[in-house]
Amino acid sequence: MLFGYEWDTSHGELAFAISILPMLLRGLVVTIQASLLGFFVAMVLGLLLAVLKSAPSRLVSWPAAFVTEFIRDTPLLVQLFFLYYVLPDYGIVLPAFLTGALALGIQYSAYTSEVYRAGIDAVERGQHEAAKALDLPPRRTFTHVVLPQAVPRVIPALGNYLVSIMKDVPVLSVVTVLEMLNVAKIIGDQTFNYLVPLSMVGGLYLIMTLVASALVRYLDVRLPKRGIPLR
Amino acid sequence: MHWMDYLGPLSEGALVTIQLTVFSTILGAILSFAFGIGKLSRNWLIRGFSIGYIEIFRGTSLLVQLFWLYFALPIAGDAIGINLRLPAVVAGILALGLNIGAYGAEVVRGAIEAVSRNQYEAATALNFSGRQALWRVILPQAIPEMMPSFSNLAVQNLKDTALASLITLSDLALKAEQLRNYTQDSTTIYTIILFMYFGMALVLSLLMRLIETSVSRWRGVRR
Repeated sequence: MLFGYEWDTSHGELAFAISILPMLLRGLVVTIQASLLGFFVAMVLGLLLAVLKSAPSRLVSWPAAFVTEFIRDTPLLVQLFFLYYVLPDYGIVLPAFLTGALALGIQYSAYTSEVYRAGIDAVERGQHEAAKALDLPPRRTFTHVVLPQAVPRVIPALGNYLVSIMKDVPVLSVVTVLEMLNVAKIIGDQTFNYLVPLSMVGGLYLIMTLVASALVRYLDVRLPKRGIPLR
Repeated sequence: MHWMDYLGPLSEGALVTIQLTVFSTILGAILSFAFGIGKLSRNWLIRGFSIGYIEIFRGTSLLVQLFWLYFALPIAGDAIGINLRLPAVVAGILALGLNIGAYGAEVVRGAIEAVSRNQYEAATALNFSGRQALWRVILPQAIPEMMPSFSNLAVQNLKDTALASLITLSDLALKAEQLRNYTQDSTTIYTIILFMYFGMALVLSLLMRLIETSVSRWRGVRR
């Protein structure tokens, strides 16, 4: 029994599969929640890293570049353990779900920061020159001219990372988050039948990533392209 | 325990991580070419099989694939009367290789498709057979274009090996977990292994850069 649902192990594989579907769907909801929260953190933190990396002073841009590289080159699992075990030593106690979403966000901020930076670099020179001609200070040029043109344009590219984040959520099962794979593993441990729940998780994942990819592609076509077109 | 004492067990774990990375990357590279070329095949059976493989392994989570091979496959084997109980090492290398191979296959396909149409026509005009054109004209020009993406995938694969610790493989991540249970010194241990993974990734990138330079001479005349 899990989440108040009973599994049916005595009427064949199909009855078993139907009886555990509600449990897996509960797990699926957690998977989607963790993905969205992790994606949000990655969008915010990635933008911060991108801004720091394009800072004029090397004292700022080089450490930011190092941090990005370091995050990108180390495994999510280890970063997650690091947050899960080390933060409490310094008095920061977060629920497992939040720690997990934070780890996802940190790992993917390294990737999203590169996307943002490509967007920032793609803003035409003419825009910078026009801002200079209008005597805008560099900071305002960045926040009011460059970013508003760069960010909307990279949203579809960021969306692809949402799909990647979804596929990394099962890693959070190691810190007891009850996402879909963890639910399937528990069902397997209890009923000694891993084949059905794990295959169902695979199938549900395929559906989820196909739907998410289709949504991202739809956004790419439909999203209003605000501002002056880039070339 | 002094932090230097951690280095012994951790380097044992690092060795396992390196072995996992090497074997699964080689397996992944073979699968990338097999299915990347397969997806462009004129035979619909080969094409369909390649597309199915790529979509399934790119569309699901690596950890799901790993658990499926390790926990579910033996049960599927029992059902049809074959022993499919894989040792953890085999399941780990297989899952990692199959996963990264699916991403690599898309890279291979993209690079082959990017080779100029004229090259095919020239090969045909020179009476090359389809296979000769592929091996002697198309691939030598496509491979240098694949290298930057392959380099990223290799580092991705190195990071993914940490997941193998979850099916009891005693790699760097598992050794760290064991040490932590024993000493409770989380900060030191996890800081050390983060830097160990970072170092390994840098070395791997460097190796891939060397391969990239050595295959870049296959590149055709710049168009």
